[in-house]
Amino acid sequence: MTMELPAELQTRIDEVITQYPVSKRSAALPLLHLIQEHTGYIEEDAITWVAAKLDLEPINVLELVTFYPMFRREPAGKHHIRVCRTLSCAMAGGYELLDTFCKHAGIQRQENGHGAHLFKSEDGKYSIEFVECLASCGFGPVCMIDDDFYEAVAQEEVPQLLEKYQ
Amino acid sequence: MASTTRTAHPREKRIIFKNIDRPGWTNDIDCYLQDGGYEELKKAFAMKPQEIVNEVRASGLRGRGGAGFPCGVKWGFIRPGGAKPVYLICNADESEPGTFKDRYIIHQDPHQLVEGMIISCYAVNARLAYIYIRGEFPEGAKILERALAEAREHGFLGKNILGTGFDLEIYVFRGAGAYICGEETGLIESMEGKRPYPRIKPPYFPAVLGLYLCPTIVNNVETLCNVKYIVRIGGAEYAKIGKPNNTGTRVLCVSGDVQRPGYYEFEVGGLTMGELIYDICGGLKPGRTLKAVIPGGSSAKVLSVKDRYKIKSKQADGTMVETEIGLEDVPLDFDALAAAGSMAGSGGVIVMDDTREMVWALNNINEFYAHESCGQCTPCREGSLWMKKITERMLHGGGVERDTDTLKSVADNIAGRTICAFGEACAWPTQSFIDKFRDEFVATAGTKGNGNGSTNH
Amino acid sequence: MSAPTELLNVQIDGVWHQFQKGTRVIEACAQAGKFVPHYCYHPKLSSPGNCRMCLIEMGMPKLGPDRKPEIGADGKSVINWIPRPQISCAQDIAEGMGIRTDSPMVKECRHGVMEFLLINHPLDCPICDQAGECHLQEYSVEFGTAGSRFLDEKVKKPKRVELGPRVTLDDERCILCSRCIRFMKEVAHDDVLGFVSRGSHTYLTAHPGKLLDSNYSLNTVDICPVGALTSSDFRFKMRVWFLKETKSICTSCGTGCNTLIGTRQNEIFRQTPRENNAVNSAWMCDYGRLNFHYVNYPDRLKTPQIRENQGLVDTTWNSALIKAGEALKQFQKWEVAVVASARMTNEELWLTKKLIDSIGTSHHDVVPRTGKADDILMSADRNPNTLGAQLTGVTGEKPGSKLMEIADKIRSGAIKVVVALGENLKELGLTVDQLRKLAALIVVDILPNETTRSATVLLPSSAFSEKRGSMINIRGRLQRLNRATQPPGIARDDWEIIRDLIQQLTGSNGIYLIEDVFKQMTDSIPDMNALSHSRISDQGVQLVEETEEAPATV
Repeated sequence: MTMELPAELQTRIDEVITQYPVSKRSAALPLLHLIQEHTGYIEEDAITWVAAKLDLEPINVLELVTFYPMFRREPAGKHHIRVCRTLSCAMAGGYELLDTFCKHAGIQRQENGHGAHLFKSEDGKYSIEFVECLASCGFGPVCMIDDDFYEAVAQEEVPQLLEKYQ
Repeated sequence: MASTTRTAHPREKRIIFKNIDRPGWTNDIDCYLQDGGYEELKKAFAMKPQEIVNEVRASGLRGRGGAGFPCGVKWGFIRPGGAKPVYLICNADESEPGTFKDRYIIHQDPHQLVEGMIISCYAVNARLAYIYIRGEFPEGAKILERALAEAREHGFLGKNILGTGFDLEIYVFRGAGAYICGEETGLIESMEGKRPYPRIKPPYFPAVLGLYLCPTIVNNVETLCNVKYIVRIGGAEYAKIGKPNNTGTRVLCVSGDVQRPGYYEFEVGGLTMGELIYDICGGLKPGRTLKAVIPGGSSAKVLSVKDRYKIKSKQADGTMVETEIGLEDVPLDFDALAAAGSMAGSGGVIVMDDTREMVWALNNINEFYAHESCGQCTPCREGSLWMKKITERMLHGGGVERDTDTLKSVADNIAGRTICAFGEACAWPTQSFIDKFRDEFVATAGTKGNGNGSTNH
Repeated sequence: MSAPTELLNVQIDGVWHQFQKGTRVIEACAQAGKFVPHYCYHPKLSSPGNCRMCLIEMGMPKLGPDRKPEIGADGKSVINWIPRPQISCAQDIAEGMGIRTDSPMVKECRHGVMEFLLINHPLDCPICDQAGECHLQEYSVEFGTAGSRFLDEKVKKPKRVELGPRVTLDDERCILCSRCIRFMKEVAHDDVLGFVSRGSHTYLTAHPGKLLDSNYSLNTVDICPVGALTSSDFRFKMRVWFLKETKSICTSCGTGCNTLIGTRQNEIFRQTPRENNAVNSAWMCDYGRLNFHYVNYPDRLKTPQIRENQGLVDTTWNSALIKAGEALKQFQKWEVAVVASARMTNEELWLTKKLIDSIGTSHHDVVPRTGKADDILMSADRNPNTLGAQLTGVTGEKPGSKLMEIADKIRSGAIKVVVALGENLKELGLTVDQLRKLAALIVVDILPNETTRSATVLLPSSAFSEKRGSMINIRGRLQRLNRATQPPGIARDDWEIIRDLIQQLTGSNGIYLIEDVFKQMTDSIPDMNALSHSRISDQGVQLVEETEEAPATV
């Protein structure tokens, strides 16, 4: 466990574990979220660190990290874009929105055969993911940039949206 | 957040969504208290827990997450005085395509949920509760944590709430991008820190063997908000709203090819599909006609404008009369939509006009289910991806003649054979799309070739 | 003694049966002669119900308005059939339950599941070890459909993964039944396997930092219904339909796990555990399982030898035995020692005691072997038949306690003749030089070592798979070994050799067959009086009360 976490984060982690008094294992997802917020992704050491912290086997944590698409095994771009691909947004132009974002953010998408899922721009400034329903179907197409949510995104809006994330 | 200001339609009956988009409304506790918030909580504490359960049962409230299971009956499964602790979990994992209501309650009126939840915990004697919120609502999670902290500060949570001797803690648990966590036993497995594989029932009924194998109630956000309202007016009064067996209001979420998509709260069965589409949502786009509607989230079977449904209705003199109606005349309640061969589900209404290709639409839906299948059991794991591969190949021109029948057969081999309802959820779209729009599938798969347009997945 | 168990009435395919309360539905069907195909269910593990192959039609008693079951014309409850098929592996039977294992719906379910399992399965049968004992193959023929409707590309997953030092994994063949994961967690107490990724792309793996190197890893290969988990030792060695399977027991420790020895043309290819709920459940440890290769080693002793000036030379059995007999008769009884082995069978040990008595010496013992017990199967006593050695009188209450004295007397010259039966005297701390000083060293063994090389008479004998006989495990259970292979060259059964040695000393003793040995042995040892050959089934028989030191059953 060569991972060094700042004291503040360790305190927060310990506090979160107390929210699951019956079983420490329940804290696995919350801890992974906290670590990804801090590091930007889940590195190999994080998996063994979380396992040791919660008295689990590393495989128990690896099982989770690979199941949930929100956990990244490699860093995203400086800013991460999520565009919704599901039916209502697709009907409202979700596929086109994805293409427009890629064009303006300088991202080339190559299908890698496994359906996953994160594509980065060359300069590392942006990454993009085509995700499933983000639950605002009546106001599509929708997207998220980092933790910010945008509805009814017009294709023309994309450049100025990206401007806000430099 | 919403970049457009939206106002309620005059025909709506806004109870749960009363404060959504309300001018001047903010999501902090002060605003909520000024508006009379947490009064129902005090009223609830003056009642006995069993009384509250009785009121909820009398109200006829059905779950608003998608299954429509009577809430009072679910609560009644918890035997009071059991040895194990009881848990209550709010299912805020809103992920059913077409559904977008819980998002707004969480972001704009979180205290309504918190209050409804505290009342519900008191009713079933849960001392530790969680809100399972989907990972893609990061701001929502922060808003809820702040709301819970405010509630704690005001003595509505924690030890000896309002001097009643009732202790309760509620924590927020964030998901991380898995639709299957909306399934109540998948949710419970996720909360236990395991892969969210739904449990087999029997024996793992949550009311008996739920979280940590203790009795657990899992309720949708909207359902819990309704509990507060039931405490306010009583179960019998609540039952007068809507129709028998289909009581209360529900938030309908309309998306797709209408002029004014959005959320609308109505009495259950208070309007027909046609009224929703044309009167409330402004009809279809200019020059377009209605083709199909998915009435309850993408898992619900699609209804075609060409359908004719035989609906039985009781007349005033007690006789039963059978009428034949079309899609536009179907009342939007649980029973009528079930009788029409679909379901009210999550209330997500997706409207498709005559420009939409059904193979394309089904392929989009199939891809969703193939992504979201947890992979635990054979039919869904293998079948969901297979169905997606077939429709994708058909779309790329590689369809062969027997694809339509194969697709239908694959779906038939999934539904009813799986551990959880995801099997039905991924099979019903395929079954119903082919059932209602067979010609399009046959035409798309017209070649007699051997399927060379295969995909690389 | 267990309390009388309740019997419940269950209808299976139209016929009413009675089963003990607490019987799993799938087991009830099996007891009724109705096999229900399954993959993920295993009677020794938890039931996740994920393969869906065991779907059957189920019904429950129809309740009347008084909430009591309605009784039909046949006097049994009327059955309400549940429209949806149910799995049979995760539920126990209930009173008045109905099961259909063979209806059109059930057949459809099986067709469906088989088709789903095969669409992404690689067509590896020609190169897959599992062929011939593969449930996918078998159920496909019996319960599946003929052609394939799948036209798209199969999902690709890692192939030939070295999951651990003894297990190779092919993720494409895996049907994700999770038996291996459950076994490692619930039985081997080493939660090292898991599923990663999601949906149709899910695959089995171990965390990169940890290997599947548990001493019980190969049990996962046994329980894997397909060829996903294979034994690296056995991989590509032999088609299973060529293997003759002989029931025997493992002799690598005092537990005596029940085994099947798989051989072809006198060569052992693998050992697998045989179920015995009184000993090893359905498992055995990797160490014992793989501890057979030495039987096939090319340097097995094949011919009797005697020492002449130039060293050990081949000779006939007759000459060797005569030479041994002469040596034994030449010296006083206190100048002779017999070092026997607790790896010998009861029959061999009983004859050894007769030899000891014929010689008249008090210098006799066995070589003890201990290690750390692992609380699963491996016992601290690494000899398979210590109790047998004690019951026959070859050793006493503390095996090995006389060895120091014997070794000292060999060094001092007080002991001039040693009979070493299947043990290397190096274990007594003796050197080759010290052994060479003995006037006679009569050795019975199977592989060359310091003692065999120092022998004056070398008598080649049999390995465990070549023996017929019995052993008593640490819990007092007497179990049989059966002969799976023939000893090499002109090596003989140990019991025959010892009988012949006795004969050299005392003349004919009327023992011609091993059954004769068994009869005489059981007649003379009180604890064995009640035994007869027919009483010892494949599951053995409890001979002695279980002692407290025995480890818990698995």
